[in-house]
Amino acid sequence: MTAAARLRLENIVKEYPGCRANDGIDLTVAPGEIHALLGENGAGKSTLMKVIYGVIQPDEGTLYWDGEKLTLQGPAHARQLGIGMVFQHFSLFETLTVTENIALGLPASEAKDRKALEKRIREVSTHYGMALDPRRHVHSLSTGERQRVEIVRCLIQHSRLLILDEPTSVLTPQEVADLFRTLRQLASEGCSILFISHKLQEVRDLCHHATVLRNGKVTGECDPTETSTDAIARLMVGDETPLSTDVPPATPGAPLLEVSGLSYASDDPFGTALRNITMELRAGEIVGIAGVAGNGQDELLRALSGEYKAAANQVCFDGQDVGQLGPDARRRAGIAVVPEERLGRGAVPDMSLVDNTLLTASAQGMVSKGWVAYRKAREYATRVRDRFQVKSDGIEAPARSLSGGNLQKFIIGREALQEPRLLVASHPTWGVDVGSAVAIHQVLVELRDRGAAVLLISEDLDELFQLCTRMGAICGGRLSPLVPTESLSIGQLGQWMAGDFADAAGEVNHAVA
Amino acid sequence: MLSLERRQVDSRLMEYLSPVLALVLTVITGFLIFLGLDRDPVEGLRLFFIVPISDAVGVAELGLKAAPLLLCAAGLTICYRARIWNIGAEGHFLMGAVGATIAALHFGEGTGFWILPVVLLAGIACGALWSAIAAFLKTHFHCNEILTTIMLNYIALNLLLYAVHGPLKDPYGFSFPQSAMFGDAALLPMLIPGTRLHIGLLFALLAAVAVGVLFARTFIGFQLKVLGEDHKAAEFAGFPRKRLVWFAFLVAGGLAGLAGASEVTGPIGQLIPQVSPGYGYTAIIVVFMGRMKAVGLILASALLALTFLGGEMMQIGMNLPKAMTGLFQGLLLFYLLTCDAFIHYRIRLTRRHVTASAGTNTPLATQES
Repeated sequence: MTAAARLRLENIVKEYPGCRANDGIDLTVAPGEIHALLGENGAGKSTLMKVIYGVIQPDEGTLYWDGEKLTLQGPAHARQLGIGMVFQHFSLFETLTVTENIALGLPASEAKDRKALEKRIREVSTHYGMALDPRRHVHSLSTGERQRVEIVRCLIQHSRLLILDEPTSVLTPQEVADLFRTLRQLASEGCSILFISHKLQEVRDLCHHATVLRNGKVTGECDPTETSTDAIARLMVGDETPLSTDVPPATPGAPLLEVSGLSYASDDPFGTALRNITMELRAGEIVGIAGVAGNGQDELLRALSGEYKAAANQVCFDGQDVGQLGPDARRRAGIAVVPEERLGRGAVPDMSLVDNTLLTASAQGMVSKGWVAYRKAREYATRVRDRFQVKSDGIEAPARSLSGGNLQKFIIGREALQEPRLLVASHPTWGVDVGSAVAIHQVLVELRDRGAAVLLISEDLDELFQLCTRMGAICGGRLSPLVPTESLSIGQLGQWMAGDFADAAGEVNHAVA
Repeated sequence: MLSLERRQVDSRLMEYLSPVLALVLTVITGFLIFLGLDRDPVEGLRLFFIVPISDAVGVAELGLKAAPLLLCAAGLTICYRARIWNIGAEGHFLMGAVGATIAALHFGEGTGFWILPVVLLAGIACGALWSAIAAFLKTHFHCNEILTTIMLNYIALNLLLYAVHGPLKDPYGFSFPQSAMFGDAALLPMLIPGTRLHIGLLFALLAAVAVGVLFARTFIGFQLKVLGEDHKAAEFAGFPRKRLVWFAFLVAGGLAGLAGASEVTGPIGQLIPQVSPGYGYTAIIVVFMGRMKAVGLILASALLALTFLGGEMMQIGMNLPKAMTGLFQGLLLFYLLTCDAFIHYRIRLTRRHVTASAGTNTPLATQES
């Protein structure tokens, strides 16, 4: 078996100051195998990937390629051997065409003849069912198409091992299905695939074999098609952490937030304009908005938080027009917001948790006549920490010293303790460990049950389907209808995420009426 | 092999050690410079750093020079905490001096306890007005304040020169470019009799303490800090950015204006072209040396005041130009910025992995070079 392995890792160790990112990892990938590498953020997946792609050298351990011992001298060397990598953040030049981008990665002899290269790109992309026009400029391509460029680039370089880092996080469900078809075909032709993910269902659908990492160590290997998601999740998170929240059915009350005909042209040249957004949120419900990143989620959040001002009567909260109010006034009215960026917007990185409490909770009696009552701020920060189990080195620790999950618990806790009547949360569990994610979901559900409205903007469809009373999707700054979750199919949601609202027109009218 | 590595947590020790280290390195470099200039280095350093403050009059002179530095630095601290890089204290200072002079000359030899406050207020108002120009340009047109304030400094200097050569020139002054001497009612009372030290120093100490309290206890101070550390968070929290920018500029302008007013109503008693030896610029060094904290600002303003006195001593005792002041100030700032790097970074000894790649890469590297 060893001789047949395309890639074998033995006892890989990589240490960074203060953390052993890879601690004796063994891994074997057979030819034509789709091998999942599972683990939470910080489990050591990225480090291992960089070792395999030659970006970093391991401190200890050996790589074998086709049974031979290997010392990678860098990514170029890895590519030459046939190791291809598709990063989560694409490395493409937007102003160049598809062909030009692919030519950049090739040796001069192959890159010179553009005609021939173009032909090969067409051949490869048709063969694997990835429609792609080699003459298009990259900036005009969708995220899914850009990913195809990256994959085609690897295939043209004759990759025999393709590493994909969280490839589905940027795709709609339909695009995911297309990608999986391509990957299965590749595997059947003998290409090995290392599929890095933390989405268990996808891994179960696609992969032949899974290796699970936790804290830099291999905690288990399994055949994902025959193992339950719960059993795999246990391997990922360990024994103590609860895996999910119970979400009792919601009992929506009176309408609380009414957004009507909200349009907003972003100041940011790379931003997305909001186009005629209309929605209604009721007290006691969680409403979800799915969507691929950069489709107007951030603009919508700013329009609701008050960072962007709306025209008259576009944003009404509890019967009052709040569209012209700034963030501070809206917060006083009972609208709390948890932005996507935790460090550098939701919290000031170098300031203590006490100071970060003061950032948005100052109206909780912490300021009188311009003087700060730090005693009150400390009390509040302590309450947030105790109530939401924020692990930190005291409340005077700077925000950036907290892990992603703990900082997010702190930020959500800071807003939740102000008893908002509307909480808008953007990607609240992105990059957060499972334990914290469950705790955060708990907070949202509790707020809902105390009669608050929650607007959950997320890319994590599992999370949305689990928590939301109603949901829809945003694409290109337009919002789909928001329908009861139980009546929404994933296929329909996928179409909405891709901007196809055509068959929903009737429902839109219905929703407005 | 040495490498610079980002610290997990900023070093508190280094934050306070850095100014001390910078001073030590400056002294060492000064020693070498005196050697290079063929002067006795020990005597040179003694003349520069010790002789000026070896008697009561010397200490009073130190306070006299430290006061305007401290006033300017206190105002700049408010700006810099909010990352508003106001370089315009010199201009605010000069306009404050002009404004106070206009008021003082207006009252002439008149008497009344209210004259001095009005004169000082005129200086504060002129300084604040001057910095309001930069504030307006920043809040309405997003003009970079570094550029506008530097340019405004030159305009202020030329306005001052125009004033002393024209409208404010003493008609009985034998055509010297200077104003008439102020009346007694427009002069600051002395702090220590027999010296030139006036109560301007008290204003300065008060300003430093006030700035300390502003950032330690008030919400507006907190908002300014957030604006400086993370403007996205300030926006998210809904802090009034424009109002904060205006506040920082106006207070900085007012305090520097007061410094200018105190200078003409204090030791000089009239407006002259050389009213500032560069206090507004030196104050920038004071802010960074003083770590933007009240006590630090006071100590740093004393140290930088010493460089002015030391420079004069160099002329008298060593026949060296007054540029020695600028030289030592420059060295201090240079070493301070260097040492400050170690607040965020540390030096680490690393062993490079000697792999096959090193061998194969070398010929390539030489080809390229």
